[in-house]
Amino acid sequence: MNTILLAFDLALFLEKLILIAVIIFASLGIALYTTFAERKVAALLQDRSGPNRVGPFGLFQPFADGLKLLMKEEIIPNTSNKFLFILGPFMAMTAALMTCAVIPWGNQVEMFGRTIQLQIADINIGVLYVFGVVSLGVYGMLIGGWASNNKFSLMAALRGASQAISYELAMGLSLIALLMLTGSLSMKTIVEQQMDSYWNILYQPLGFLIFIICVFAECNRTPFDLPEAENELNFGYHQEYSSMKLGFYLFAEYIHMFIGSAVMSTLYFGGYDVPFLDESTLSSNVAALVGIASLMAKIVFFLFLFMWVRWTIPRFRYDQLMNLGWKSLIPLALFNMLLTGALILAKSGL
Amino acid sequence: MQALTQRAKAVDRKPMTWWEKLYLPSILKGMAITFGHSFKKRPTINYPEETRPFSPVFRGLHVLNRDEEGRERCTACGLCAVACPAEAITMEAAERIEGEENLYREEKYAAKYEINMLRCIFCGLCEEACPKDAIYLSETFAPSNYTRKGFIYGKDELLIPHPIQDPEGYAKAKGLNN
Repeated sequence: MNTILLAFDLALFLEKLILIAVIIFASLGIALYTTFAERKVAALLQDRSGPNRVGPFGLFQPFADGLKLLMKEEIIPNTSNKFLFILGPFMAMTAALMTCAVIPWGNQVEMFGRTIQLQIADINIGVLYVFGVVSLGVYGMLIGGWASNNKFSLMAALRGASQAISYELAMGLSLIALLMLTGSLSMKTIVEQQMDSYWNILYQPLGFLIFIICVFAECNRTPFDLPEAENELNFGYHQEYSSMKLGFYLFAEYIHMFIGSAVMSTLYFGGYDVPFLDESTLSSNVAALVGIASLMAKIVFFLFLFMWVRWTIPRFRYDQLMNLGWKSLIPLALFNMLLTGALILAKSGL
Repeated sequence: MQALTQRAKAVDRKPMTWWEKLYLPSILKGMAITFGHSFKKRPTINYPEETRPFSPVFRGLHVLNRDEEGRERCTACGLCAVACPAEAITMEAAERIEGEENLYREEKYAAKYEINMLRCIFCGLCEEACPKDAIYLSETFAPSNYTRKGFIYGKDELLIPHPIQDPEGYAKAKGLNN
């Protein structure tokens, strides 16, 4: 009896371990190519050709960039707090990668006589977990900026922290309206509800608008890239970093973008749901593959949107950023919440 | 104060209207513009593979010319070196000896002929000064190099290929192919 139990657990353990490895490497690979895509998209929008020298169409460019970062001299400033200085990029990277644990990447596949859920952990507080981990990401920035012992880094870190906290508020409020509709915090349940009926974007257009603006702010992307602010703060909180520690920070940003896109697709655009297709007519494995492809297509679209916005509009001033967050988005999110509540109440017939 | 041109525009410091404060319409407008640009033709010339066409009067890298029989035209008179405002040209003359008539056209020739491409300003005065049509500025330019020494071009680099022994190279250097 005991051995059977152990064997079962081992199989589950192995299954999850493989899934974790696959998802982490996939996230890293996608983040790697997002850096390349960013440069290509920038070139596209600015009438340039972009990197096209390394390999066919410049496809090996990210590896050249990575190698360059690895080969650079590792510099730790004399006056820095060494422990925290090293902890910063580590925290940023870990927090960025941790979020992908609760995202349902697809439905289940059947393999080796087992049904494997394409989600690392289907926890019933998935949305809250995402929030918690995303807030942890601030620490990477804050610690890195503070440990550098440099006024610009510190300023950028403070900017980043206050920005993240302000926009998390509006983000949470916009999500509450969504959660009132779904009645569940589990990402998987939210996706399954959208598969049966319509995507949440149809019920929550305003909520989604607030959410996507907040995601831009959380990812420190233009127009909210004040913590980085190349031209005012010389790269902000990672100014003192070099070599792969800098690479980790830059990488974490792209992973944040990737996860942010995944969360947006999952919560508002049906996750792995393919529109106008009844998945139950397909065999389980095919349906899962189609679902993954569908989710990836949505993610790629959002990633393109991130870049498109970045190469279009300038950065907000800090007071504009704070005004937008506190005086516009939060009241708007509250209004959206009230509206949703009223509509739900009206629909249930008072 | 009188404006210098008619194009001066007063800066609008009116507070933003509600529509402008939304930011979104103007952001969308901007995004439409950038997206439109992604379909535009790129002006990029991918240099080593593609080159920009030069005008026929382009003054590039020097060529030491030969006559139809393949003999060097230069007689080492030194007029080019005198004409050179950048003092980029140095040469050493030598006298043609018996049996070298098929190599050198005149009785005197340049044993050493060097042009420092870092000094040269590609003005073409050497070309104008030459009484023997021996030096020309071609339609190419000096390629990059790692050392300063690499930019001092000697006779082996400057001399045009032999028109009889290497007609293809000669034609290419003359620009007859294209």
